[in-house]
Amino acid sequence: MIDNLPFLVVAGTIMIGLYAILMKKDLIKMIMGISLVESGVNLFLIALGYRWDSIAPIFTGAPSLAMVMPTVQALTLTSIVIGVATLALLLSLVMVIYRYYHTTDVRKVTKLQG
Amino acid sequence: MIESFTLSTGFGAWNAIFWVIAFAIAIIIGWLIWSRGEKTYDTSAGSTAPFLSGNAEPEKAAVHIRAGNLYWGYTEALSGYYRFIKPFHTGNLSDYFLAYLLVTALVLIVVVILK
Amino acid sequence: MDILLSNLPGLLIAIPLLGAFITPILSRAGDSIRTTWILIITTLTSLCGLLVASRVLESGPLVYAFGVDALSHVIPPDSGGIPIRIIFTIDPASAFMLIIASIVGFCITLYSISSMEKLSGKDGFYTLLLLLIAGVYGMIATGDLFNFFVFLEISSLAGAALVAYRIDKGVAAEAGLKYAALSTLGGMLFLVGIGLLYAQYNSLNMAVIADRMQLTSLDIIAFVLFFTALAMKCGAVPMHFWTPDSYAMAPSAITAFLVVSSQASLYALFRVCFTLYGGQINPLTVGWIIIILGVLSMFVGVTMAIPQKDVKRLMAYHAVSQTGYMLLGVGVGLAALSSTCLSQSVGMMALKGGLFHIMNHALYKGLLFLTAGVIMYRCGTRNLNQLGGLGHSMKWTMVFFMIGSLAIAGIPPFNGFASKLLIYESTFLFNPILAVIAMVVSILTLASFVKVFHSMFMGPVLPEYQDVKEAPMPMLIAMGILACLVVLFGLFPQQVVDMLVAPAASALVDYHGYISAVLGGA
Repeated sequence: MIDNLPFLVVAGTIMIGLYAILMKKDLIKMIMGISLVESGVNLFLIALGYRWDSIAPIFTGAPSLAMVMPTVQALTLTSIVIGVATLALLLSLVMVIYRYYHTTDVRKVTKLQG
Repeated sequence: MIESFTLSTGFGAWNAIFWVIAFAIAIIIGWLIWSRGEKTYDTSAGSTAPFLSGNAEPEKAAVHIRAGNLYWGYTEALSGYYRFIKPFHTGNLSDYFLAYLLVTALVLIVVVILK
Repeated sequence: MDILLSNLPGLLIAIPLLGAFITPILSRAGDSIRTTWILIITTLTSLCGLLVASRVLESGPLVYAFGVDALSHVIPPDSGGIPIRIIFTIDPASAFMLIIASIVGFCITLYSISSMEKLSGKDGFYTLLLLLIAGVYGMIATGDLFNFFVFLEISSLAGAALVAYRIDKGVAAEAGLKYAALSTLGGMLFLVGIGLLYAQYNSLNMAVIADRMQLTSLDIIAFVLFFTALAMKCGAVPMHFWTPDSYAMAPSAITAFLVVSSQASLYALFRVCFTLYGGQINPLTVGWIIIILGVLSMFVGVTMAIPQKDVKRLMAYHAVSQTGYMLLGVGVGLAALSSTCLSQSVGMMALKGGLFHIMNHALYKGLLFLTAGVIMYRCGTRNLNQLGGLGHSMKWTMVFFMIGSLAIAGIPPFNGFASKLLIYESTFLFNPILAVIAMVVSILTLASFVKVFHSMFMGPVLPEYQDVKEAPMPMLIAMGILACLVVLFGLFPQQVVDMLVAPAASALVDYHGYISAVLGGA
């Protein structure tokens, strides 16, 4: 049970993020939901690499050679950076929308329909 | 040699060069017939202007049929279908996400159950 | 020179990335310097893509690892046969997509030189354009799953920013937001799939995972996540809602390249179904899912296109519909290749039809979007209810539009007919109803473009468009290149199928060849 705790937390975070994306009516809250999904996926990647009783994967002056997997940490760093860029773009687009539509209600930002 | 340009579908064949040659022959025949027409036709006295029973010709912008009015019969005939499918295309971003996640769930069910 | 030739796949993304990052600095020196720089970079990139494609088509799959000095060092001797570096695996199917991206990328940059003349913020535009081109090349050429995810996100973000470029009273920003948000969610679920596969097989390399794949339930979940994320990115109904919005509001040159970007996602979908899970998934189930998505896309796309009033929104719905043709062709190929009562040639013919349709669609759809851009550039409106009588003054644009719309409707002798014939004949043998639906959709496509042609080019000259002139020369050259290719591919389809499509189809089906090309016959 305790072995799977990180994955349960990941599942919970992604579910909360999906709830925010689907159920919330405000664009900013939907983008917060996207950010939650991103955080959940990053946590998933890190949790995949963890090994019990291991230390950080740094060779210099390492007390023992049992280390956690380093590749997933590289994947997660890349994913965090991509997430930052995505959030910046999404939020700036919402700012531009707010300047012209004067609302961030997702039911009113529907000029492109049909 | 032209046979090398045939697209063989395995169950039929299509050769575009034959089509072009046939089209060219048809155009040549059409041009020959057209060139035997009356060359001394005088169009200067308004004989080719549109005749609308003596009424004045309306202005150009009113004569041109706009895109919304073309295919009226088609849209009327399929109005039931359009009444079904147009409400799906709301502009609402939540509906876009919902459709994506629903399709993911459906494909998951189909692939897992019908493995 | 030797160094350049042996590192060509690396240059494929290095040149546009370098060009993208230097563009804002060079823009300080003036407009014409920036334009020259953009043209040089794009020409070099397209040349690089075509050279790589020709090398692959004549000598087999090309494996390029970043950071090794000799090909024998790709698999380090102490790693147990795993290539540990990020590799680019370019096999004939990727070469096919590279040719498409090179041609369309060059034409749209040539087009955007004159279509962007009157707009501001061009250094941002050109930087993002080069990033989008680099992202699409990376998506096509890579042999590594996480690398694919990175390039997918690069092209999605650059594409979304470019969609929102004109802002257009906030409507373009709304379209860009929809594109960016959906792409991000799709990318995140794609990353979950990558994590699931990495956790089990300890590798991110597509060939290594395909080699070690045993279909556990986690693998099936990962497959579904990959499948729907990529199907959403290419615009399959019912996840297609973002396609008309973003294709309509983007600048026309960008729309033509967004079509190529969607097709790169389609190529990745085929990679996942045929190579990554080659021989493991149930081909009948997955094939029928792809067929159903394809038929829905074809029908919903074309019926939603007919009542539209905005030219580019109409063309975007047609892009959805034509993506349905590609999905139908490849789905029938996947299902028919595994069936016992149909011969192999039916499945291969359907696969060839679907793949050939990808190239034809990129060409004629790019041409159509570029002509719509000319109309927007000269007349300032995309609303079909306000246009009319432009054929009197824009003769070349009218000819190019006619070529494009006859090609998309599948009228001989253009290239659309050749690929649609392959799809019709093979799907008829698989299941006649699918072929009938495909033909009805083709007729409705012709109907829709006759409507657009009449309302844009036919009729008397309207007083408000008295003095519109023909398109400027760079736009005409760009459209001319695409139109010439549309006509040429239609006149000589067997040559194109033999040289380009048949190797791509055989390479897609032959996943053992892909694995052994990377792992060296292991």
